[in-house]
Amino acid sequence: MIENRPILAVLTHLVLILGVVIVVFPVYLAFVASTHGGGDFLRGLVPLLPGPNLFANYEFMLTEGLTTAGAPPLWIMLLNSLIIALVIATGKIFISILSAYAIVFFKFPFRMLAFWVIFITLMLPVEVRIMPTFKVVADLGLLNSYAGLTIPLIASATATFLFRQFFLTVPDELMEAARVDGAGPMKFFRDILLPLSRTNIAALFVILFIYGWVQYLWPLLVTTDSRYYTIVMGIKRLAATADAEPQWHLVMTAVMLAMLPPVLVVILMQRLFVKGLVETEK
Amino acid sequence: MQTKRTIFPNKVLPYLLLVPQLAVTLVFFIWPALQAVKSSFEREDPFGFKTTFVWFENYRRLFADPNYLGSLSKTAVFATSVTVLAMSVSLLLAVAVSRVLRTSRLYTTLLVWPYAVAPVVVGVLWWFMFNPTIGIAPYILRGFGVDWNHRVDGVDAMLLVVMAASWKQISYNFLFFVAGLQSIPQSLIEAAAIDGAGPFKRFWTIVFPLLSPTTFFLLIININYAMFDTFGIIDATTQGGPAQATNVLVYKVYSDGFLGLNIGSSSAQSVILMIVVIALTAVQFRYVERRVQY
Repeated sequence: MIENRPILAVLTHLVLILGVVIVVFPVYLAFVASTHGGGDFLRGLVPLLPGPNLFANYEFMLTEGLTTAGAPPLWIMLLNSLIIALVIATGKIFISILSAYAIVFFKFPFRMLAFWVIFITLMLPVEVRIMPTFKVVADLGLLNSYAGLTIPLIASATATFLFRQFFLTVPDELMEAARVDGAGPMKFFRDILLPLSRTNIAALFVILFIYGWVQYLWPLLVTTDSRYYTIVMGIKRLAATADAEPQWHLVMTAVMLAMLPPVLVVILMQRLFVKGLVETEK
Repeated sequence: MQTKRTIFPNKVLPYLLLVPQLAVTLVFFIWPALQAVKSSFEREDPFGFKTTFVWFENYRRLFADPNYLGSLSKTAVFATSVTVLAMSVSLLLAVAVSRVLRTSRLYTTLLVWPYAVAPVVVGVLWWFMFNPTIGIAPYILRGFGVDWNHRVDGVDAMLLVVMAASWKQISYNFLFFVAGLQSIPQSLIEAAAIDGAGPFKRFWTIVFPLLSPTTFFLLIININYAMFDTFGIIDATTQGGPAQATNVLVYKVYSDGFLGLNIGSSSAQSVILMIVVIALTAVQFRYVERRVQY
């Protein structure tokens, strides 16, 4: 701060507090709703202070769930989400670190072509090519399977670019020294490049885990079997029935549980999260 | 393209390393995209027995369809409003955070987590808050004489999805603005302060112009976000309604293809969206390359 202006300082904090209130309030409402019983919503207005049913609601949703809505217990959906997010994050990092390694450390015919094919994936988000991608997955018999849920989302140009940028900054002397010592390409990759990329991998993992967790449209299309429902897509089905026969407290319990894991990841690994976000988007 | 000064001499290994990524890309990206282009030129008969090549008929029909033109303009309104709202709020918050010292980490933590909330969950949260029967927001608005009902009123529905979509994007923009503000040399601001420029004048004449690379980058990202990543928000709140009032392009591709089963039209819409993404990406990369040069 350059000069002392008390009024401006107060105003600054007011702006920030107002911002935090706007950001937190919708979630606070959902939390409050998830602590009440079903009858508390019949008065015509949502309660604004927490009620006594916190543990009862969460236990009920985790172990039984809304069977009338055709949804399995939430623990199954949470487990599916976890599996899918982990597979997508790991798979993306795995295939893109290999392809970045090939593009930076080797010279071979069609290198530019390979680079452009990867680059093009940036321009084809799943929302845009939805019908034909669905058809491909259906033809391969991958509907209602973890493979169908994850593999089509696994190619990532951004991860490849990030690793490419990083590999270009690795000093050439390292590789020359490794070769003088008789290390082959895979040994160099495993013993030198991978350890150097540790922070980048961790930061990218945080971002990609969130990416995998929040997927909605794709799971909605390729799963009809409730055993493969993810928590994020399951919520929509719960909410749809809640409109007919309000069970707000249970829907909001599910909402809280769907938000909690990725939000905790962001808060607990904030440094890695910020690094991953700022670097992947350059 | 840049490579290393020294490289490994292997001939086969690089191809093996590229196989996984190229296989996924070809099967799930390139092939479907080509299929979309192909079927956008075809028409299927109602029973699916026979497809005929119809040249640009699907596109011609699209641009003669008032629903599609309506969807185009709704998308423009939606994307512009989300971009302006999300960017201005987060710029204000980022400038505020850069002014506080001890509490900046705490505020940052409290502001960034919505990035991790799924769009459809954001939709459910706002749908709950603005629910015409029990929501808190319509109750308060009634006190001011405003009758809120996004199930009937198209303007209310548009306002709702704009607010929900902006709410989610604030955290992202905020982080990039904070990073941009940190890279502005403090000496410039101090020099202006010595010359007697107040905080507001300093912001508009020094900080804001120097922030323009970040602002431009976020502009592209936000338009992209509003156009393609808001499917979940729309699906959870309004589902394109009432009466097409919030039926943006991404939602229309889905509803025409999967609910309306009109494959030719849906493919033509996909192709148009691809062209939009390609244009946005091209603009973004041109700008990135320019920035690298100076």
